[in-house]
Amino acid sequence: MFKFAFRQIENLGMISYQAIERFGFAIRLFWDSFYWLIIGRQYKQRVRLHQIVEQVRINGFDALPIVLALSFVVGMMLAIQLIYALSEFGAESEVLRAIAKSVTREFAPLITGVIVAGRSGAAIAARIGSQVVSQEIDALKVMGIVPVRYLVLPPLLGLMISMPLLVVCSDFMSILGGAVFSIGRLDMSIMAYLVESLNILLVTDILQGLIKSVSFGIIIALVGATMGFHVTGGAEGVGKATTSAVVISIAFIVLVDMIASYFLTQ
Amino acid sequence: MHSNPEIVIDVKNLITHYGQRKILDDMDFSVRAGEIRVVMGGSGSGKSTLLWHILGLYQPTSGNVEVLGQNIHTISFNEQLALKQNIGVSFQSGALFSSMNVGENVALPLREFTNLDENTIRIISRMKLEVVNLGGFHKLMPSQLSGGMIKRAALARAIVMDPKLLFFDEPSAGLDPVVASEIDDLILSLRNTMGMSMVVVTHELDSAFKIADRITVLDQGKNLFTGTVDEIKACKIKRVNDLLERRSRHETVTSEEYLRRLTQENYTLS
Repeated sequence: MFKFAFRQIENLGMISYQAIERFGFAIRLFWDSFYWLIIGRQYKQRVRLHQIVEQVRINGFDALPIVLALSFVVGMMLAIQLIYALSEFGAESEVLRAIAKSVTREFAPLITGVIVAGRSGAAIAARIGSQVVSQEIDALKVMGIVPVRYLVLPPLLGLMISMPLLVVCSDFMSILGGAVFSIGRLDMSIMAYLVESLNILLVTDILQGLIKSVSFGIIIALVGATMGFHVTGGAEGVGKATTSAVVISIAFIVLVDMIASYFLTQ
Repeated sequence: MHSNPEIVIDVKNLITHYGQRKILDDMDFSVRAGEIRVVMGGSGSGKSTLLWHILGLYQPTSGNVEVLGQNIHTISFNEQLALKQNIGVSFQSGALFSSMNVGENVALPLREFTNLDENTIRIISRMKLEVVNLGGFHKLMPSQLSGGMIKRAALARAIVMDPKLLFFDEPSAGLDPVVASEIDDLILSLRNTMGMSMVVVTHELDSAFKIADRITVLDQGKNLFTGTVDEIKACKIKRVNDLLERRSRHETVTSEEYLRRLTQENYTLS
């Protein structure tokens, strides 16, 4: 009985230790990435523009269809729920304001973050993980190429650039989705709805979403890379790392979203 | 270069740990310029660990590792970088980058560390592919290559910067005898034409005897024996004989000997 309890405590300790270690590792990756970005040129560790552009394409442009489609649906869903809730007070007309604010501040970055975590977070973890398994990381090191500069920095920058762009598109599509459902109830034209939404929105609303999206991009890249670098045990390990990269980055996205919302609405 | 046996790798009193376990125990190891040195030893004898420490991938517990006259653990990043340009490594699994085709793999060090234009890079990388008899294969992806082709492509990438020092981890592991022998010939011709020094970690006795100038046998993290092929064949140390055992078994098996092997409880050769 005692033995069992001790083993559980020991496990708990091990897991906490590992979690703290990985958190530190992720911070270190972030620090190292920008270190090499700034001074890499002096040490023959140039960061190629085409690598970053390609990452923007892979992580941003290629995710655009799914982000647009789901944002549209989320916009409609919000309209359905809000009109139902607001009609109890006879305040259906407020649906426009509610959608515009909640989408730009909250839902667009969150939906985009979750989708990109599923796509890019998994891809980054799988890519780096399989490179660890096949000694490609060692090959980079013995060539003199710093792995962080070559493997982490491009997707990190790619996500930091593409996430805000995706969120702007998502903002628009969600509002459009809301508009499509709401115009019948509000007796407005789509154009009038969109213009009115634009009038209501403040720069800070959009900005709040963009700040969040950049931090989500950082989370996705760092969690994916951290899980990838810690792969052990061949192909099975890569699979596990991929799964946990997605789960952990979504968890952190939700957590950071809450914290950011608190501070940005003060 | 052969007349002046300058030392290119000098390992002194190297002690390393993996967790609590001691892997290398007071290891001494040195390689002369222009030499092909084969490192042998059973699994877990520390062959790969020695290789990774010479390459500076890990920090040793204590001891000194000098490569091309520089201590790889104390020199600055830029010096390390310059040193790494003089070292080529061919990994056991090839470690080709699976997202790039063969030509891009070979060209990567040139792209990263030289200011050559694209045409020159293409010509040099294709030349290196010709050296390893892979001319015309530059468009293929690593997943489309056979085991022997992967090893040769990895070799082409290892020599693309014309290194002074070349490391092989198990060049013939998992290859059929003909391809393995081709790789051996390639190793010999690279040394003879480019004067590279090489360290080859291998299990294959035939291949070791064919290419080695000297052979080092590792056992339990120590340098057990270093000598030429003839010296090692004449060597009386039992652990060294154990390694060569496989060859002996194929030689003389009389019927009495065979019966004795089968029936005697504590039978060993020698």
